[in-house]
Amino acid sequence: MSLILTPAPGAAPLPAMVAAQAGMEARLLLRNGEQLLLAVVIPLLVLVGGQQAGDLLDLGPGRRIDILTPGVMSLAVLSTSFTSVAISTGFERRYGLLKRLGASPLSRPALLAGKVGAVLMVEVLQLGLISVVAAALGWQPHGGVRPVLFVVALVITGTLAFVALGLLMAGTLRAETTLAAANLGYLLLLGGGGVVVPLHRYPDGLQPLMELLPSGALAEGTRDAFGGAALGPGPLVVLVVWALVAGALTVRTFRWE
Amino acid sequence: MVEDLVVAYGARPAVDHLSFTVAAASITAILGPNGAGKTTTVETCEGFRRPTAGGVRVLGHDPHRDSAWLRPRVGVMLQSGGAWSGVRAIEMLRHIAALHAEPLDVDALVERLGLGSCGRTPYRRLSGGQQQRLALAMAVVGRPELVFLDEPTAGLDPQGRQSAWQLVRDLRDAGVTVVLTTHYMEEAERLADTVHVIDAGRLVASGSPAQLTARGAENTVRFWASPGLDVRSLAGALPTGSQVEEPTSGSYVVSGHVNPQLLAALTAWCAAHDVLTEGLAVERRTLEDVFLDLTGRELRS
Repeated sequence: MSLILTPAPGAAPLPAMVAAQAGMEARLLLRNGEQLLLAVVIPLLVLVGGQQAGDLLDLGPGRRIDILTPGVMSLAVLSTSFTSVAISTGFERRYGLLKRLGASPLSRPALLAGKVGAVLMVEVLQLGLISVVAAALGWQPHGGVRPVLFVVALVITGTLAFVALGLLMAGTLRAETTLAAANLGYLLLLGGGGVVVPLHRYPDGLQPLMELLPSGALAEGTRDAFGGAALGPGPLVVLVVWALVAGALTVRTFRWE
Repeated sequence: MVEDLVVAYGARPAVDHLSFTVAAASITAILGPNGAGKTTTVETCEGFRRPTAGGVRVLGHDPHRDSAWLRPRVGVMLQSGGAWSGVRAIEMLRHIAALHAEPLDVDALVERLGLGSCGRTPYRRLSGGQQQRLALAMAVVGRPELVFLDEPTAGLDPQGRQSAWQLVRDLRDAGVTVVLTTHYMEEAERLADTVHVIDAGRLVASGSPAQLTARGAENTVRFWASPGLDVRSLAGALPTGSQVEEPTSGSYVVSGHVNPQLLAALTAWCAAHDVLTEGLAVERRTLEDVFLDLTGRELRS
């Protein structure tokens, strides 16, 4: 085979670059055992375990599986878009991958879009799997197009907020610190946001604060939507604000190497 | 291209008032020992570092401000890393190719650099040489007009080094401008059209390998024979300007314009005086000697 080395420089079209980056990152995420554990195994364990836990886990009035499923979905979104992104990006910086990409035609916004795209692809798989298992356990969500669209909007804005938060961490801290901080952040957002246990089971004074956490907004919004409650813009507004603030900080502080 | 560049980390400048230009479609080597400021210089050209003073123009543009314009046109080989730890070599190369408009034929490049043997092995388990060849492939796959190669053959076996050198020559012949850093003498001497020797962040010499090695002392012929030969008689038999010394007993150094005529005259004088030399060597000055002369230090210390 002959190799024609004459210069023909040029960047691929932006959508092609973003698609390549998203596909690559999604493949690598699904190939990584620890990430897969975080993304799929833990949420499914919480779903099945929570359903079987009986009095050990008091979720309040209502059908257990109907309360549990939206929370587990939020948990899955949180683990992929925040924890996985923070940890993998931290190590991407450590191994010079971000530097390598920084020398390629891929721009920062395109890299960010690629990461969000990869996360959304993985989330589709996660949420599909959780829905199937939950349905087998008797989950009965309130049907209709409106709740589903509302949840899709929540997942997308939530993903943007969490990816921005994850990158904020990975772009400023050392890889090992990011690993620790991302897991700690995961637990804090999980507990503090009332992801699995509904907010109304927490003390009254804490509830307004928890609703302002991105995890709280995502989980409560998803529970409301599938539980047939009235849908207000509150959770979406919270997530958009988090996405904008964290996104702006990330763009300012992110270091490639 | 590099103008009065100063890059400082803290108080100590890593690059100290460095200036040079690079001709298009040529191979330029930046030669110096570890810590001389080679990588800092190249990374400033790549836009990874900002100059503390002075400036850099790459293809007529500012590497920082015009990064979006430059990135598709400039190929970069990092000194280490630059891939996901779980990615396969060819997968990584295809990904970088996918970010470019008209990349090289990936299969042909893989074959050319012998990357086919990497197979499905994840990046973190590739050998140093394989990682190095992948880094080189990633620098050129986008068909850049200018490539920066940071220590392109460090850790390669002789065969890998030869094929990397041949690729670099072919790039130049195809019209690509190549700038590489190296601390291998041989690499600079055999590969580069122009060599910039730097030490402690300063430019100590520039020129083609031939110019650099010809400068200063002339080349020499060294031979060994019985001690106490008449060096004045020998010098008189050699072309004018030649000098003969016997620095240690039985070891002679002839300096001057070393050419076949000088050698013929030398051996004729030996024949006339019934002298059988025990050894005779034509010694070229190497860039190693040049570096030693200029800095008083060994290159690889």
